[in-house]
Amino acid sequence: MNPEAIRDKVAIVGMGCCKFGENWDQAPEDMIVEAAFEAYEDAGIEDPQKQIEAVFCGAVYPSKGTAEVADALKLFGRPVSMVQNYCATGTDALRYGVFAVACGMYDTVMVVGFDKPKDRGVSGPSAVTAGVRGLPMTPAGWFALCAARYFETYGASREDLAKIAVKNHHNGTLAPKSMIKREITVEDVLQAPIISWPFGLYDCCAQSDGAAVAILTRRELAKSFRNDYVLIRAVSIALGPNPQADPSFDFLRWKPTIYAAQDAYRQAGIANPAKEIHVAQVHDCFTLTELLTYEDLGFAEKGSAKEHIAAGTFQLNGELPVNTDGGLKSFGHPTGATGIRMLYENYKQLQGKAGPRQVKNATVALSHNLGGAPQTCGVVIVTMP
Amino acid sequence: MGDVGIRSQAAYIPMLRLSLAAIGGGRKARGGSGERAIAYFDEDAVTMAVAAGAACLEGVDRGEVDALYFASTSYPYREKQGAALIAKALDLHREVATADVSDSTRAGTVAVRAALDAVRAGTARNALVVAADARPAPPRSPLERNFGDAAVAFLIGSENVAAVFDEQVSLAEEIIDVWRTEWDRFVRSWEERFVVERGYAENIIEAIRALLKKTGASAADFTKLVAYTPDARSIAAVARAVGFDGKTQVQDTLFGRVGNCGAAFAPLLLAAALEQSREGERFLWANYGDGADAMVVHTTPAVAQLARRRGVQWHLARKREFSDYERYLNFRNLYPDDNDRRGGQGVSATVHYRDRNEDIAFHGFRCRRCGTEQFPFQRVCFQCFARDDFDEIRLADRLGKVMSFTFDYFAGSPDPPLIVTTIEVDGGARVYLQMTDATAQEVKLDMPVEFTFRKIHEYGGTPNYFWKCTPVRNIAW
Repeated sequence: MNPEAIRDKVAIVGMGCCKFGENWDQAPEDMIVEAAFEAYEDAGIEDPQKQIEAVFCGAVYPSKGTAEVADALKLFGRPVSMVQNYCATGTDALRYGVFAVACGMYDTVMVVGFDKPKDRGVSGPSAVTAGVRGLPMTPAGWFALCAARYFETYGASREDLAKIAVKNHHNGTLAPKSMIKREITVEDVLQAPIISWPFGLYDCCAQSDGAAVAILTRRELAKSFRNDYVLIRAVSIALGPNPQADPSFDFLRWKPTIYAAQDAYRQAGIANPAKEIHVAQVHDCFTLTELLTYEDLGFAEKGSAKEHIAAGTFQLNGELPVNTDGGLKSFGHPTGATGIRMLYENYKQLQGKAGPRQVKNATVALSHNLGGAPQTCGVVIVTMP
Repeated sequence: MGDVGIRSQAAYIPMLRLSLAAIGGGRKARGGSGERAIAYFDEDAVTMAVAAGAACLEGVDRGEVDALYFASTSYPYREKQGAALIAKALDLHREVATADVSDSTRAGTVAVRAALDAVRAGTARNALVVAADARPAPPRSPLERNFGDAAVAFLIGSENVAAVFDEQVSLAEEIIDVWRTEWDRFVRSWEERFVVERGYAENIIEAIRALLKKTGASAADFTKLVAYTPDARSIAAVARAVGFDGKTQVQDTLFGRVGNCGAAFAPLLLAAALEQSREGERFLWANYGDGADAMVVHTTPAVAQLARRRGVQWHLARKREFSDYERYLNFRNLYPDDNDRRGGQGVSATVHYRDRNEDIAFHGFRCRRCGTEQFPFQRVCFQCFARDDFDEIRLADRLGKVMSFTFDYFAGSPDPPLIVTTIEVDGGARVYLQMTDATAQEVKLDMPVEFTFRKIHEYGGTPNYFWKCTPVRNIAW
């Protein structure tokens, strides 16, 4: 493998993101149009029919598939493809878009991440019972499986998790497109009804609808769109074994994150992520997922997350702000859209357009998704030129 | 052919005991106290039969069990054999002869007779009889107060026999006293005095008298009468009529502790008598249901072995008192619920078919190259990545430990929270399992667990079985 094959070859020149939420009055096509036209405008694209040469989509619950995007935007007569990779679906769609441009086949492509889970008539992720052996289990149940062992080994507790929820709720109040804009307290988190121990209601992200769009072009052409374009330094996807069956699993980490981070850091030439990454959006589907991610991404030593949480390392004004827009906690998690929504925040941060959430002097940003039981992880690193 | 009889035995009584006061309707003047055994929401006749059968076969060479007879009136399927399912869950060999004996509380003794005939005829080296019932009674009815849920297993063979079956008498009777048609949700019965006097007493007394006449014995030649009875009181008149002393010569019928467990009832009482008996004792074992059976059973020196397995006393000691009648109704699906767990299409029959060794027999895999044990079936080893180079291993009778857990309140369990665990089975395989017969408070990392065959869900209206874990309980009995 050539780790430098895509490094800094592809630029993001436009992004859009619809307002996330229970968008009862919007079809998926409405959200896609909102996000895509914001991205067109942001990139200065006046004639998308000519300028968008290929489209890469990611959605986990599409009602029609690629036609949803093509019909909504009337982008016909060109390739429109769709990928699925659990919660890393949006990130994986971006990865194919990057490859398509880096290989020289297309100049400018569009990546569309979207999902409309609130049209399924369930208030949360459904309890899936697929097989004979299938437990009526929920994502909260899957992601909780590291809690007991991690708590016992490193002395962390529900309070440490609660502080993550409080931080993300706060950041969400500052993000115009977030779904939930409400400050909460540690007490609120601890008193909430239990969903799957140790997760109470506020330890879990909500279901929401959303769409986000990125427009990519070759680095050489980026300047023709804008001066403050953002470069894609690394994109990685890695799978890990099912933690419920893996005979060597220790329940202290999520292996897919470790695998994807190793690969992304190798692509980006990053040796000390805690110092070299300036801002990060990570997968806070549940508070513990964010805590483990601090360590699995190398932002903190294994077992030290709670000290960093107490010290405020990952707060907006901390050394390495994480989930500056409020994360999945504030945006909800329309699965296919989430990775691109995170990229949208990092793009705004690097451009200095994050308003009250702005992290000073940020030039390298990371986004991270973790999905499945969990079994798959996506990591994207973007920089200023 | 030497003497034929019971080589090993085990019982299963579900852990939950519903207080009769919670059901209500008892005669307080007569001391309406006590309790009955109730199957948990994930238990039925099949799972209880598997539990008793597994304990009965512990340390027995499964390759020598040539027949399996399953006695039950409450097996969930109309068409589809229970014995074949139980044989798979007990991991018996492919050529085992299986049959369901059903439709009558007498099924337990009928199945034992069939097993004796097979061994005596030499068509089976050993035959396993499993009797289990969780009979559906109308809520708050006298039947519900009387019934109990339980299972028993006897391994019938001709070597190392602990209890030998001698003479026997069987009578058939046509009577509509207790019944359940294809369309009845609950067991129904005629007027109590008719049921007891014309059905039960008349038939069982006639069978016992015929047996005494056939053997030339009298009540004094027996340690005890071990007999089915529809309720706590009716046995006294039967004992009196056939000359047994009601105080000293009648096996305790366990009303107020277990209840009338249908096809498993007479076997349960015999198992209880045998596990507390010594060499050289003689029992008169009698059963009722659409006729009556009576048999003579005597013990050998090997009877001392029987008490080592989990039997009636062990299960009487292992109990959890329960008085939440509403929750009980929910367990039995008797309570309207906006989340009907029987909905949906159900599982794929083809997936069930191809996964039956892992799901029903609970087999895992051991890599022949690196020795790593794993579950479920893999084509490529988790550890050394070798392809298709595995031995199938039995996990069901091993112990395991809790690697990880959560309590899921959101998963639609009839008794939330659902205790979800990842278990490391002794040997290293990891299995993702529900924990049952446990409360969230007692779950600890690394705690030892054993495995129990249960209903995992009922989507599509069929019971879907898989294994769960349950804490290892050290019961002094």
